[in-house]
Amino acid sequence: MLEALLNFEILRNTFYTGLIVGLLAPLLGTFIVVRRLSLISDGLSHVTLAGISFGLLMQKKYTLLMLTPFHTGIFFSVLGAIVIENLRHVYKSFQEIAIPITLSIGVGLSVVFIALADGINTDIYAYLFGSVAAVSRADLYVVLVTAVFVIIVITFLYKELFALSFDEEFATVSGIRAKIIHYLFIIMTALVIAASIRIVGVLLVSALMTLPVATAMRLAKSFKQTIIFSIIYGETSVIIGLITGYYFEIPPGGTIVIIAAILLALTLLIKKWYSAYIYRG
Amino acid sequence: MSHLIEVNNVTHRYDHHKVLEDVSFTITEGDFVGLVGPNGSGKTTIIKLMLGLEKVQKGSITAFNKPIEKFHNKGHISFVSQKANSFSRDFPATAKEVVSMGLTTKASVWRPTTKKYEYLIFEALDRVNMLKYANHNIGDLSGGQQQRIFIARAIVNNPKLLILDEPTVGVDTENVEQFYQLLSQLNRELGITLILVSHDIGTITTHVNDLLCLNKSVHYHGNPNDFENMTDEQRSIIYGHTMNTITHHH
Ligand SMILES: Nc1ncnc2c1ncn2[C@@H]1O[C@H](COP(=O)(O)OP(=O)(O)O)[C@@H](O)[C@H]1O
Ligand SMILES: [Mg+2]
Repeated sequence: MLEALLNFEILRNTFYTGLIVGLLAPLLGTFIVVRRLSLISDGLSHVTLAGISFGLLMQKKYTLLMLTPFHTGIFFSVLGAIVIENLRHVYKSFQEIAIPITLSIGVGLSVVFIALADGINTDIYAYLFGSVAAVSRADLYVVLVTAVFVIIVITFLYKELFALSFDEEFATVSGIRAKIIHYLFIIMTALVIAASIRIVGVLLVSALMTLPVATAMRLAKSFKQTIIFSIIYGETSVIIGLITGYYFEIPPGGTIVIIAAILLALTLLIKKWYSAYIYRG
Repeated sequence: MSHLIEVNNVTHRYDHHKVLEDVSFTITEGDFVGLVGPNGSGKTTIIKLMLGLEKVQKGSITAFNKPIEKFHNKGHISFVSQKANSFSRDFPATAKEVVSMGLTTKASVWRPTTKKYEYLIFEALDRVNMLKYANHNIGDLSGGQQQRIFIARAIVNNPKLLILDEPTVGVDTENVEQFYQLLSQLNRELGITLILVSHDIGTITTHVNDLLCLNKSVHYHGNPNDFENMTDEQRSIIYGHTMNTITHHH
């Protein structure tokens, strides 16, 4: 793949996007998992699919449009994020209901848009399962801007996000503006999901946000460590997954998630053996 | 002596259910206040109103001489919630990280963990006698130890007023006495004004110097000794029918 990487720009773009996504998804994923909101990423990814299908439809009907499915996907994802956050306030005591509502609307819209655009084609397939050859240079720039935005916000608001994730009431009393930070956070999540979909696809994007975190949580002692380990697991899965996906001509969403799952299983096993070993002295 | 909090004629309803009626009292700087009342008597509600977590519907509350609506808490008032213990046991955070949350308003964006903040965190952990657990996972600690960590988090930013909502729930009985000693130290040595909320009137009266009995409205506010010296009958009228037997007679 290395030679191919050097020779084909589109593969290079995919690889760089993969590296960025392998960092961003577990980084945000750590906050998502500890806040017990893992399913939000599923809701948002299906809304993003609706945006992508809408973009495909528009492209087909109005060929001159500058908007790509990637752009409309981002737009729908952010819109979905705002809807979810508002629904969570409407249904205060059943916040998780916001997720099936947005998820089903997302799938419903996708089906309609795909049908109007004359059915499933290879483009849709790439968006569902990821692709090693889907990232244009323009897409890569959008992903880069997303990365800069997310990393800046997390650096500035790390303490606030951490405090809110652990204990919202205490955080509010200490003067943290919970509402605005929640919005920022879910919008970041929407952006990262839209970016990740190019690599792992709609159906598996939430796996990239949760599997590495689940693995890291078994090993880490602190929250900071959890983030660092999640990113290491995330990057490892993306790199190995992209390379194997390329060689075996499998959509990388599948290979990346399988690698992440293998890492989880290995970590659990090794930890079990290790603690049994310590226990026996 | 200045008044840190003034509550004036506060009435509060959830939907149509009235839980506080015409409640007025003041919290004086330096006091160790016991706020007692049976379960469901409105203690947590009045605390939430004082913390700005619930909106005042009727009456008014002043905090540090500012109407509560205009009071922006920059570390003056701190809080240990009744729900502090209900975090998820698997949450990956060390005791030290939990305490660091108390410094959110103070910590500078540019240098998130400068030496000075580290020092404040260790000092707070030392105060509550938990220094050697700094790097332990919060979920691995016992209920009493966790409660100490939450107190460390609440005092790390050097508050003037510390409110604790039923902190002894989940602490085993032999540690409760130690717990009160810790609170007395915070009150006397650091000069932190304390409001300790409890539904158990038994142990609290011997430790506080100001007693406030709440049951929808204020039934008693004054010296805990005078309250102790009343007959059981007088006390139960004040406290309400679900009073615990008083175990600490002197
Ligand atoms: N958010 C709420 N919505 C509706 N009713 C509530 C709410 N919080 C408390 N209550 C009710 O108000 C009453 C007082 O509650 P609370 O202030 O928690 O009492 P305490 O802390 O003294 O046990 C109780 O009857 C409780 O069921
Ligand atoms: Mg209560």
